[in-house]
Amino acid sequence: MTLFRPARLSRHAAAAAVVAGALVLTGCGSSSGANAGAAKSRGPITIWYSNNPAEIAWGKQVVAAWNSANPKAKVTAQEIPAGKSSEEVIGAAITAGTEPCLIYNTSPAAVPGFQKQGGLVDLSSFADGASYIEARTGAVAKQYASAGGHYFQLPWKSNPVMIFYNKKIFATAGISTTAPPLGTYAQFLATAQKIVSAKAAPFAIYPSPSSDFFQPWFDFYPLFAAATGGKQLVVGGKAQFTNAQGLAVASFWRQMYVAKLAGTETYTGDAFADGKAAMAIVGPWAIAVYKGKVAWGVVPVPTATGTPANQIHTFSDAKNIAMYASCTNQATAWDFMKFSTSSAQDGQLLTLTGQMPLRADLPTTYPDYFAKNPEYKVFAEQAARTVEVPNIANSVEVWQTFRDAWSSSVIFGKSPVQQAMTDAASKINQLAGQS
Amino acid sequence: MVASSIRDTARPSAPVPGSPHPSGVGGAHRTSVRARILGRQPIGMVLAAPYAAFIAAVFAFPLGFAVWMSFHDYFFTAPGVSVPHPFVGLGNYTQVLGDPAVRASFEHVGEFLMINVPLTVGLSLGLATALNRAIRFRTFFRTAYYVPYVAASVAVVGVWLFLFSSNGLANSVLGPLAPNPGWLVNSVWAMPTIALFVTWKQLGFFILLYLAALQNVPKELYEAASVDGAGAWRSFWAVTVPGVRQATALVGLLAIVTGANLFTEPYLLTGGGGPAGASTSPVLLMYQKGIEQGHPATASAIGVVLVILVLIIALVSKRITDRGD
Repeated sequence: MTLFRPARLSRHAAAAAVVAGALVLTGCGSSSGANAGAAKSRGPITIWYSNNPAEIAWGKQVVAAWNSANPKAKVTAQEIPAGKSSEEVIGAAITAGTEPCLIYNTSPAAVPGFQKQGGLVDLSSFADGASYIEARTGAVAKQYASAGGHYFQLPWKSNPVMIFYNKKIFATAGISTTAPPLGTYAQFLATAQKIVSAKAAPFAIYPSPSSDFFQPWFDFYPLFAAATGGKQLVVGGKAQFTNAQGLAVASFWRQMYVAKLAGTETYTGDAFADGKAAMAIVGPWAIAVYKGKVAWGVVPVPTATGTPANQIHTFSDAKNIAMYASCTNQATAWDFMKFSTSSAQDGQLLTLTGQMPLRADLPTTYPDYFAKNPEYKVFAEQAARTVEVPNIANSVEVWQTFRDAWSSSVIFGKSPVQQAMTDAASKINQLAGQS
Repeated sequence: MVASSIRDTARPSAPVPGSPHPSGVGGAHRTSVRARILGRQPIGMVLAAPYAAFIAAVFAFPLGFAVWMSFHDYFFTAPGVSVPHPFVGLGNYTQVLGDPAVRASFEHVGEFLMINVPLTVGLSLGLATALNRAIRFRTFFRTAYYVPYVAASVAVVGVWLFLFSSNGLANSVLGPLAPNPGWLVNSVWAMPTIALFVTWKQLGFFILLYLAALQNVPKELYEAASVDGAGAWRSFWAVTVPGVRQATALVGLLAIVTGANLFTEPYLLTGGGGPAGASTSPVLLMYQKGIEQGHPATASAIGVVLVILVLIIALVSKRITDRGD
């Protein structure tokens, strides 16, 4: 297990002797003070980016562009090291002090934990930190601020999730492929039933039934965001999912599982690509993945009453950029953050990856791109109405608590839905209230 | 020189020709002190030192640190960040033992061990005995049983997911006798299926241990048993089983230790301890709490409880297998 890090004790002992209590970490406080002079220092930096081919291509070109213009402050880049998840790799690197200056794959759900570790630099501490973030991202940026209103992450890109459907399967089941009835829960259930009854596909939809803490982002949370007009899971330290809309979402999914319209068993492949499921909840990354494999259409996630598409919110599935505490040339790192999120580089990101830069007015900023790639436009419009995971203490534990209750009640029917959700809300209220 | 040193330490009071203090009290005293500190064979300490250092670094210190963490409010921080880690007494233990999910995980692993350990011992001994005989394709079978052990869990899990899914091969064969819901999403069958998977996967290694042990069972004992009129079955119980008792103790111990550390299978085979937490294991929860959720102190408390329980089970197992020696 990587629980035990022999180097930590000696590091702590040495650090404690040197700083002698000068550096006190608070729940909403700042990051490590180990690099007191680093904030204004310039020089070479290292960065990590994601390991998928599209983002590697983007990363290489942005680094090359920077290095040609900044020979004295070169950026060295590499893919994030392999691990069970990026968050574990980053958490371990923070503890060991081996993390790079910037990581272009920081999950918002992991940020409160990294902040608690003292592993992040407060971007609001830069003179133009908060103003740059808010000018680029707009009102959505506030979702990424800490409880104290500081930015420990720069909102970078989102993958607003929507419902992909397989036109071939829909046609086999006798369902419209241009305007499928998927707007309300009742319509969605009826369409799903029709697909399975017609044996067009074994399942209508197949969100992963595993117990991972992040799986609610791809079954419950998008529908909850849509049902509530953009509410987060926890607001003001209180769980929100026991309201009528939250319970209606849970009830909808329970009906899907009871009727065997959604799969409960682990599927090792891609159920949508393999034709095992007629629909999937995915972001714009899926366009390139399914190109030439599936004839797909896309609609917003359903709501109880069939909310108009231009008013529907969904989960953002964002990945952000964070500056890490061991960075010794933070001024350069901040400059590179701004360079890599400039209008030009965001355009490159859009072109090379199909993922949505977290910028205000995305469709009007890149009109040529969306004119040439109309399939992405619907995601760009959806990107304006996204909901992020709440930036709260014990974020991962909160989601795991929710997932355990969801698995038990909604997926496997081992406990009543309302009781399970109420119990989970009670635990989550306690967790969210801790510092 | 080495021989001389050995003689010196082996017989410290004996006069050695050429010694600067052949009969001096001071020389004998120095030798005696050195012998007490370094032992009778100092070269042995030198040879053992690297492994001792390895054990200290990767086992003793982390274990001690984990025990320390389990009594404190601790989380991992970046270098240079100083936070208080107050002593919390048994607080972490009270928390984890009061958590129904943690208690359930220990019950699950208990169920796992009750299936896995006897099955592992019985099957590996039986198959090793068969493979020890001059049967056709013996090398092929020996290799075939060993392949799952060296194959990556992730790869073979995929095969088992195919075999034991609701529409898988197992259910096709069983027909109306197949469980509903399917094996891996069935609260009753999920953990036994995992136990069966682990037994199958590790069988090759334990067969190897028994094959080695069987080479030390004197052939004369089988001949004597045969002369006394014992058949194959009687010879197995009267000669083979007692003859490999030490190997059985080892196999049982290893199966208990590796079984108690169950992680990969519930993580991959049942989607993270499903259905609805029916196949969680203590180590899976340690991973969730310690690594994913950033609560290493809580995870350490679970780990310490697990270590204590494994030691108790291993001790009981040893007592049972030692009976009759």
